[in-house]
Amino acid sequence: MSKMKKFEEADADDYAALGLKSGLEIHQQLLTDKKLFCRCPVREYTDEYDAEILRHMRPTLSELGEYDGTALMEFKTRKDIIYRIDDQTVCTYEMDDTPPFELNRQALDIALEITMLLNCKLVSEVHIARKQYLDGSIPTGFQRTTILGVDGSIPACGRDIGIIQLGLEEDACREIRDRGHTRTYRTDRLGIPLVESVTRPDMKTPREVAEVAQRLRWLVRATGKVRTGIGAARQDVNVSIEGGRRVEIKGVPRIPMIPLLVHNEAYRQKALLEIAEELKRRGITGKTFSCSKHRITDILKNTQYSPAAKSIAGGGEIGAVVIKGYRDILPVKTQPETTFAREISDRVRVIACLDQLPNITHSDTGGETFSSAEWKRIKNKTGCAEKDVAVVVWGDSTDVETAVNEIEIRARESLTGVINETRQALPDGTTGFERILPGPDRMYPDTDLPPLAITEERIERIREILPPTPDQLEQEYIKIGLRPGLARRMSISNNRQIFDFVSSTVNSHNEELAFIILDRITPALQEGRLSGFSRERFRKTLLEMDRHKIPLDALTGLLEKLFSSGETDPVAVISKIQLLGDKKEEDRALDYLKSLEIPDIDRDKLKDHLTGSLVSHYGGMVPGKRAGEIVEQFMAKELKTG
Amino acid sequence: MNSETYKGYSGKGLECLKSYSAPVWSDVEIESTRGNFRGIILPRSETADNDHIVLKMHNGYNVGLNVDTITSINTLGKKEAHYKIPEKEFPTDPSKPNVKLLGTGGTIASRLDYRTGAVIPAFSPGELYGSVPELADICNLDTEKLYGVFSENMGPEQWIGTAGKIGEEIENGIDGIVIGHGTDTMHHTAAILSFMVQDSPVPIVMVGSQRSSDRPSSDAAINLINATKTAAESDFAEIMVCMFGPTSDQYGLLHRGTRVRKMHSSYRSTFRTIGDIPLAIVREDGFQPLRDDYRRRDSSRKVRIIPAFDERVSIVYYYPNMKPDIIDSLIDNGYKGIIIAGTGLGHVNKPLYPSLKRACNEGIHVYMTVQTLWGYVQMYVYDTGRDIMDLGVIPAANMLPEVAYVKLCWALGQSHDREEVADLMLTPVAGEITEREPHNGYLIYQGGIPEVEEFISKYKK
Repeated sequence: MSKMKKFEEADADDYAALGLKSGLEIHQQLLTDKKLFCRCPVREYTDEYDAEILRHMRPTLSELGEYDGTALMEFKTRKDIIYRIDDQTVCTYEMDDTPPFELNRQALDIALEITMLLNCKLVSEVHIARKQYLDGSIPTGFQRTTILGVDGSIPACGRDIGIIQLGLEEDACREIRDRGHTRTYRTDRLGIPLVESVTRPDMKTPREVAEVAQRLRWLVRATGKVRTGIGAARQDVNVSIEGGRRVEIKGVPRIPMIPLLVHNEAYRQKALLEIAEELKRRGITGKTFSCSKHRITDILKNTQYSPAAKSIAGGGEIGAVVIKGYRDILPVKTQPETTFAREISDRVRVIACLDQLPNITHSDTGGETFSSAEWKRIKNKTGCAEKDVAVVVWGDSTDVETAVNEIEIRARESLTGVINETRQALPDGTTGFERILPGPDRMYPDTDLPPLAITEERIERIREILPPTPDQLEQEYIKIGLRPGLARRMSISNNRQIFDFVSSTVNSHNEELAFIILDRITPALQEGRLSGFSRERFRKTLLEMDRHKIPLDALTGLLEKLFSSGETDPVAVISKIQLLGDKKEEDRALDYLKSLEIPDIDRDKLKDHLTGSLVSHYGGMVPGKRAGEIVEQFMAKELKTG
Repeated sequence: MNSETYKGYSGKGLECLKSYSAPVWSDVEIESTRGNFRGIILPRSETADNDHIVLKMHNGYNVGLNVDTITSINTLGKKEAHYKIPEKEFPTDPSKPNVKLLGTGGTIASRLDYRTGAVIPAFSPGELYGSVPELADICNLDTEKLYGVFSENMGPEQWIGTAGKIGEEIENGIDGIVIGHGTDTMHHTAAILSFMVQDSPVPIVMVGSQRSSDRPSSDAAINLINATKTAAESDFAEIMVCMFGPTSDQYGLLHRGTRVRKMHSSYRSTFRTIGDIPLAIVREDGFQPLRDDYRRRDSSRKVRIIPAFDERVSIVYYYPNMKPDIIDSLIDNGYKGIIIAGTGLGHVNKPLYPSLKRACNEGIHVYMTVQTLWGYVQMYVYDTGRDIMDLGVIPAANMLPEVAYVKLCWALGQSHDREEVADLMLTPVAGEITEREPHNGYLIYQGGIPEVEEFISKYKK
């Protein structure tokens, strides 16, 4: 087996050699008052709940009369799904006890705006589809979703990245616990409108994936009509390499996590392909694959290996699967600090609900599990030969039966290399098995709602209010004098509208104004220091400052005074700073300086000291530069040190 | 060219498809002023407008394209879909009871045509075994489709036919009967069957679903399993409705056919026993009787089928300011029976009195029930009640209005003699009139009240 390259060591050539292809599905909640298919308000998430509902999900037959792989898997897990309901955020629609209401028009308009920003071709009639989810994350068992546009693009990575489609859909529940045979969800997020933008698998390196994610985020935020904050935007990352298959890494909460996740997935697929290659070399094929399943509780009654001992003490059973010819396959490294054994353990955890780890061990493990005498007994009893491996699993009797079957399935799957699956992103940049990737049959039309025509009038109305894209804005800002880096920052700032509003009406230096808005006003706003802030009052302040020739660097202090002191009229505040430009006030300042005791220190330090005193005398509302000039004047005149 | 070729299309949409020779199921590339789209042309819903062509794209989504935007359609091939429910032979086991499932048209089990969204009912034993294999653990199942009508189109013809069929099956020694039925009028059918089929030796269980079985969250499979289990194994030889107890997937309730009513337009737990408590709880692992006064299974008992029905009966739901011409028009149109759903204890306004008097004098049988649903008619409490009785209106105790309606149809099918009809109406056959209302027969918890909220927070809804 080849060595796995570390993330820091890999470059574009390595990924090209792997044939890495990656695409994104970005889910972004829209800033609407109400949910997508009912009139529940969208509120802050809460841990409070007033009632619980219990449901089960049952697979429905697919086209060919077969149960879809995912569906069957979810059914095998036999989960009780518990929904926690808060009276304020959930009605009978979300609980699947009332049919849907009409699609939220506010959400439709925002989504159409984003569809246009992504240069997608718009459909003329919206058809709601049901996309099946059997994990329970949506109580109906399907998500209502619709396509608004196809075949768009976004400029990124120095080229156009294709957008396959833009969909409008309802958000799912938040999972809070999944233990044993019970999975619990909070339902406050359920039904919130979101758009899903799906890119083509056009990204060739992990960093490109993150860049495109960032570009897409900026673009949708340009509307000013999307939700921000934790969980408001979530990324699914699709990864495949040459010879591998598409694997979806689900729900990546933060863009900076993306590159490492993509890197690790690419190398996980490479390792799985090498395992398949090795098994082929050993002559193991779908036809010759062979394994045997056993109950071995009775020969391990007195084991000291604590997970198994605990299980027996709790009335559980021990099962074993002997896989012929699989010696030394389970210890093959598939992710950092992770071996192929983990792929099997994950399946046992998810499908058989044996989630107390470790849940399996095997005869090739180097770790301390069963004693060598016990291993010998296990091998004898199960007929595990030199070239085989024995995988041992423990827990509730029924779950162990599901587990041994699942171990066989996963071992057999290793012959084909990579399996289409959905994996969850873990904080360390690795991933864990979540479920088999659903097949194409899980989409079907929603018969509860009629089609909805998107009229030319609606399109025109939205086109007229379409915001410029961050790229267009950047060019605009460069034109009015911002240097490129600053122009980019401004183009993606939430507060760029403040800049746009004042820059055209105030005769200030745009670059200085941009810095002040991005570096001073933005943090002050975020920290809540400018509670009474409004664009209009800000503009008035700037105009007053212009009139009084107050330099811009006095602005922040001035604004804080103005917008948090209860003083509402900028003219009144500024009139208190007559010092500047007004001879009388200048004399008063000089008188104040004269009244001070002059310490015996060197000239530069004295100037700083006096300037500081003067600025604080005026409550911080004097620009330092201007105060300095007055102090210079004072020192030249009164102290004869000039 | 038959109507299937351009199924559902008409007007502009039909002309457009014809002009490009692109019938439904064509795999096409459509150029439009809004861009190019690829997919398969789907049949259009007959109720939708004429302006759009429906395309199933390769990602599984459907979209509509406005005919006016289409500049060309290029046909690449054809992908017609044919659907059939997979059949697996229903296993038989001589040690298991035999159950007959009669279908009336409700889609208790079905699968979905994924391309058109149409629901295909699963009904034959093989089809049912394909979708609800658990049934084979319970019984040997045989099925017969009696009718294919929506619940609201059930009527005397279907009721009489079903009662007759039940009689036949019982004669042939069946161990239990399940009747699949749409939920909207299931309680009407349950009530009339309770009168038409008396002294059944075996359980007769009506069942439906509030969420169609093409949905993963459907209640259909669990309801069907519970109903079949009740028919096959239980000791309740009555006409019952078996539907979800709570909205959670926890247990089903067995309701007596004459006291059950659909109480919510869409909830799973929509069926409630009114003015009494249900017969039993049914779960995967068995039955929990909630009362003891039920008819036991007894194969020696002879069933009586009384398929009488006179359809010249109406329900009048009284409202303030109702005019007497409503009653007059029923008299003039030859109605023989009127069930009034009166206010409170059973009242109507004074202006109706002369017309009601006329009705009774002309031999029309008028019975009073209450639109409060819970509680008895009691016409002695107020003078007005006594006045109404003096007109000839007969109080019908705590019979539910719909139950009184079907019972009067049934009674008038047997006699028009005032006393005989009153005797049939007021002698309880299957719990439609009870001697007493238990204190917990009326429990409509009021949300928001602290102790109710506390209860809800402890028990799954």
